Amino acid sequence: MPELNLTDIGIRFGGLRAVDGLSFALEPGEILGLIGPNGAGKTTVFNLITGVYRPHGGAITYDGRALHRLLPHQIVAAGVVRTFQNIRLFKAMTVLENVLAGRHCRTRVGVVGALLRTAAQRREERESAERAGEVLSFLGLYHKRDEIAGNLPYGLQRRLEIARALATEPRTLLLDEPAAGMNPQESRELMDLIRSILDRGINVLLVEHDMKVVMGLCHRVVVLESGRKIAEGEPAEIQRHPEVIRAYLGTGGRGARTQVAGP
Amino acid sequence: METLIQQLINGVTLGSVYALIALGYTMVYGIIQLINFAHGEIFAAGGYIGVITLSLLNSRGVLESHPVLGLALAFLLAMAYCAFLAVALERVAYRPLRKASRLALLLSALGMSIFFSNGMMLCQGVYDKAYPTQLYATGQFTVGGAVVSYIQVYIVAGAVVLMVALNLFVNRTRLGKAMRSTAQDRTMSALLGINANRTITITFVIGAILAAAAGVMVGLYYGSVRFDMGFVPGIKAFAAAVLGGIGNLTGAVLGGMIIGLVEVFAAGYLASEYKDVFAFIILILVLYFRPTGIMGEQVDDTRV
Repeated sequence: MPELNLTDIGIRFGGLRAVDGLSFALEPGEILGLIGPNGAGKTTVFNLITGVYRPHGGAITYDGRALHRLLPHQIVAAGVVRTFQNIRLFKAMTVLENVLAGRHCRTRVGVVGALLRTAAQRREERESAERAGEVLSFLGLYHKRDEIAGNLPYGLQRRLEIARALATEPRTLLLDEPAAGMNPQESRELMDLIRSILDRGINVLLVEHDMKVVMGLCHRVVVLESGRKIAEGEPAEIQRHPEVIRAYLGTGGRGARTQVAGP
Repeated sequence: METLIQQLINGVTLGSVYALIALGYTMVYGIIQLINFAHGEIFAAGGYIGVITLSLLNSRGVLESHPVLGLALAFLLAMAYCAFLAVALERVAYRPLRKASRLALLLSALGMSIFFSNGMMLCQGVYDKAYPTQLYATGQFTVGGAVVSYIQVYIVAGAVVLMVALNLFVNRTRLGKAMRSTAQDRTMSALLGINANRTITITFVIGAILAAAAGVMVGLYYGSVRFDMGFVPGIKAFAAAVLGGIGNLTGAVLGGMIIGLVEVFAAGYLASEYKDVFAFIILILVLYFRPTGIMGEQVDDTRV
């Protein structure tokens, strides 16, 4: 599990500094939470790490490589993959085909091999199908493999997104609000799942609004507000941190905001 | 009755050609939402490479001793050249505009269409170039009184083989799956490790290969090619793709067949000078009642 390092990262959209001078590290073997009020820049950070946006300043390094100079598909090949808050499955494809799309970067055979059906191509196909099956079993989706992804119930679609991400054989997984829309029972199952992902040697960066999940799961937490880091530490420290309480509850005079997500 | 069968045979032949071209339009649209107006010129370039190859072989006498080999070479060279042309087209005219407005892309496509057709005129002249067809277009037989030439059989058979190969490629292979996932969600595919640029290049290459084959087929069927031969079939194949539901492979084949049949029947039973009009009347009617095209509702089902 390599270390993911963000150093003094910044990005502007027009005049808005969406992320400003942000530094933190995701250590090997840890689940790191990234929290903050809506619009704090959490999803922007994900987009910066995965190459959707290029930072206007600073550096992102992973395993000694400068991630901010790579294209999205190269970043996946390097071992960093993400899921989406609003599920983005290939809805018209089957469950298995979705997972096989994740296998693309770990397979090689091109047009010629596919047309000639070479031995190497058949071996690769077989291995890919095995790995895909293994990931589907891990997520408990194997019996659904031939269903159209768009027809799965919501909870299973979330699981399939994680399965598809794991199929790329990542060493680091970024999860964007995986517990959104889940009931308490599903959230607990999700927490067990994330722990077992860590046991497979994949460290996790987690954006999540459900504080039970964040506090129950994360080894450390980074708190963002308006694109800046206002706090970093263990869950217990974060819950007592005056800046965090201010960011979530607002300052005294203006009263509590409606979106209270405190512990 | 004889005329009916005759028209049916002619219509299916023409429809196969339109379908092959329409597939290129629909695949490119599926993956980057661009109407690639230069696609008709790619088809014309295929016809030209075919005539150049065959004439060269013919003048050396190779064609008489190895007619099948010569024809295969003509097809392969046309496909290779058109693939190269399409890759260059995408690199030069479309990739730099990937983030620009759709209108800018469309104008670039129109510009490239004019550039290619004028380029062919400058290099190959304004007059028709005749295919050495005496070797291929001769044989024929009759079915229920209708005359079927061997060339028609070859065209339809060749088109079917290419379409089956395309279907297998798109649904079974790793690159085909990458094409389908990129067409559905390009950003997500990139975030799963699929190289979007390479996938788009492959899409252009496959569309160009099909158009090149259609170009050589048309050259053999009508006996000649012209620098501006890509324009009208290009527009009709585009109409076929829209008719079938743009972005949908099955739709493109269906649309191509319908346009081909309508055109031939209109020319045979109504007025041949209005044959182009009828093809477009069908298009307008279908779009009026079903704006998404025939297969539009299942648009992402067999989408590239």
